[in-house]
Amino acid sequence: MSEKPLHFMPTEGFRERSKAVVENEFLQKSFRAAMDFLMTKRAAQFPDADELESLRRLGERIRQNSLDKLPALLTQLETNLTRNGIHVHWAENADQANAIILDICKKHGAKRMVKGKSMVSEEIEFNHAAEAAGVEAIETDMGEYILQLAGEKPSHIIMPAIHKTKQQIAKLFAEQIPGVAYTEDVDALIQIGRTVLRQKFLEADIGLSGVNFAVAETGTLCLVENEGNGRLSTTAPRVHVAITGIEKVVEKLEHVPPLFSLLTRSATGQAVTTYFNMISKPRQPGEKDGPEEVHLVLLDNGRTQPYADEELRKTLQCIRCGACMNHCPVYTHIGGHAYGTTYPGPIGEIISPHLMGLEATATLPSASSLCGACGEVCPVKIPIPDLLVRLRSEINSKPGSGSPLQGQGAGYSRLMTAVWRGWAAIYANPAFYRLYSWLVSRFNWLTPAGQGGWTSVRTPLRPAPKRLRDLLAERE
Amino acid sequence: MTEAATCRPPRPQAVYFFATCVVDQFFPGAGLDAIRLLEREGITVHFPENQTCCGQPAYTSGFHDEARRVARAQLELFPEPWPIVVPSGSCAGMMKHHYPALFAADPALTAKAVAVSARVYEFTEFLVTVLGITLEDRGGPTKVVLHTSCSARREMGVHLTGRALLGQLNQVSVAQQEHEAECCGFGGTFSVKHPEISGAMVQDKVNALRATGAERVVSADCGCLMNILGHAAWKDRQEGRTRPSLPGEHIATFLLKRTGGAQ
Repeated sequence: MSEKPLHFMPTEGFRERSKAVVENEFLQKSFRAAMDFLMTKRAAQFPDADELESLRRLGERIRQNSLDKLPALLTQLETNLTRNGIHVHWAENADQANAIILDICKKHGAKRMVKGKSMVSEEIEFNHAAEAAGVEAIETDMGEYILQLAGEKPSHIIMPAIHKTKQQIAKLFAEQIPGVAYTEDVDALIQIGRTVLRQKFLEADIGLSGVNFAVAETGTLCLVENEGNGRLSTTAPRVHVAITGIEKVVEKLEHVPPLFSLLTRSATGQAVTTYFNMISKPRQPGEKDGPEEVHLVLLDNGRTQPYADEELRKTLQCIRCGACMNHCPVYTHIGGHAYGTTYPGPIGEIISPHLMGLEATATLPSASSLCGACGEVCPVKIPIPDLLVRLRSEINSKPGSGSPLQGQGAGYSRLMTAVWRGWAAIYANPAFYRLYSWLVSRFNWLTPAGQGGWTSVRTPLRPAPKRLRDLLAERE
Repeated sequence: MTEAATCRPPRPQAVYFFATCVVDQFFPGAGLDAIRLLEREGITVHFPENQTCCGQPAYTSGFHDEARRVARAQLELFPEPWPIVVPSGSCAGMMKHHYPALFAADPALTAKAVAVSARVYEFTEFLVTVLGITLEDRGGPTKVVLHTSCSARREMGVHLTGRALLGQLNQVSVAQQEHEAECCGFGGTFSVKHPEISGAMVQDKVNALRATGAERVVSADCGCLMNILGHAAWKDRQEGRTRPSLPGEHIATFLLKRTGGAQ
């Protein structure tokens, strides 16, 4: 297990990290194969383009409705959860969220925690806070469990250990789990994990989980999962703590089925997941199972920043399906770790700047060819490429001249601004452009052979000796 | 009249041709061939002398004031109500889908931008959906592979028109490449800001195109062509090949050549 939280600026070393993956032929092949598999599975779930489009429109409207009414819905959610006997806590940032959860642990004398998969708990780096407080927090999602043993972070929000091979996992299990012999048999590996985790479920005195949808009108927490570890984490221990971002609320129960369907089909290409949990109350008198106490932690951690901006608010429509990363050619080539963020890929590029500030994430929005594959598959129609372009402009504009975003202007460069101003001065003036383009065509032999990043894998760009306007003039 | 013909907008007598800065400076032959093809169809092609660039490079790089200055200069180029034909999906996408928002702060300019964007057609889209062009293939058997730009595919939604045009050429077989819808890795300044990632993407693209065994790649976007052909040529040089392993050209050039030239 790693000793320290990995607090680093994603921007620092992004290029080195991505280069290392790009040059690793093995990783290139395995990411490509994994993404191809996921894309094919998703495509098979949406054979009817019209149905897909109308479902996406519905998903978008449900999520936009949630965001339009967010303050009221959060109040309603709190009221209904409280009425149902679920304790509601509000956390502005990661430290507050960790303190709230550890406080609950302390109150119950809980030392052994089982965790269902929760990206928000990754976002707040809960495991490190737990370790420091002497709470053993065990990941029970198989992928997360593997990563915890390896001391690594997830590289994908749905399939956290997608970068790991079965050989690596076999070695890891043999080294880290007492009494386990090396085996590459996947079923045997799963059984080993299950056996270890089953014992942890029995011993745990507190469970932590995420939330996929929090229903305001009923006060219900919905949890989508495949392994049953989510159900065990939320029912076996005496206390269950759920944590989620404030944007995950939906107004009505009837809003859940379309989003659930979009989520599972987009994420893993499943018509439905193996488990769908609806948590509405702690254990009631006469009931044989379920936790005696249930808590929900609602986390802001930067989410109110995009919320305050009409365009950037669309970022919060996300239901965390991961389809944007599966379809992203950049993610396919560099994998999740290169981003250096909890949320990688296209969604990570547009949400991390709000969670971590633009100073730390200034490189991320530029790491996209704006091919639009992410926006095309997004089940709730987040215009990811447009939001990337917007963030690029916030990053490059002079500090104080853009929107009030944390770190706005972080990438401001007087030189680059001067270059683009010069470019605009030429291209906005037809006479200047004619002169400039005439010069570069007539003197095209002066074009440098080395053109920075371009010529690292391409021949130099050289203007044609005659422009189109010259060829047209010659015709007359 | 067929049903498709009645659905088409009226056939214009004249069009504006917005060449784009890349075609004007780097692929002038493609621009000329596109114009010849339109003229052969009986269309009068007007080339506004004052055109420069759609503004996209600055826009996607996040320099929106600079993009606006350049785009502003293009808004005045098209006074007549003729269609504006653009031989590039990404520049057409910029004009059609981003101009209105770019001028959102100024109602008068927004109106102007909307009026321009409504008349913008990508070149292959114009040939198919407006002209309903009929092509007669006069060349020998050949196999080509078509690369459609991401902007044409996802922003303009015209990924079928290039294929429809090639489909009319009965001696031309169109190969199917792996990961056809995947970006070639160009992305404007992305290619120089993130050369390793862009380089890995274009390498995959060129490998997929070459693996089809096609004699050439055709595309309606010169940005992608610069990237794809630039990498293919670099690779040829690296591996000591003297003949290009993946030649390529703008679809206008290919169509014109196959159908007997300008006449």
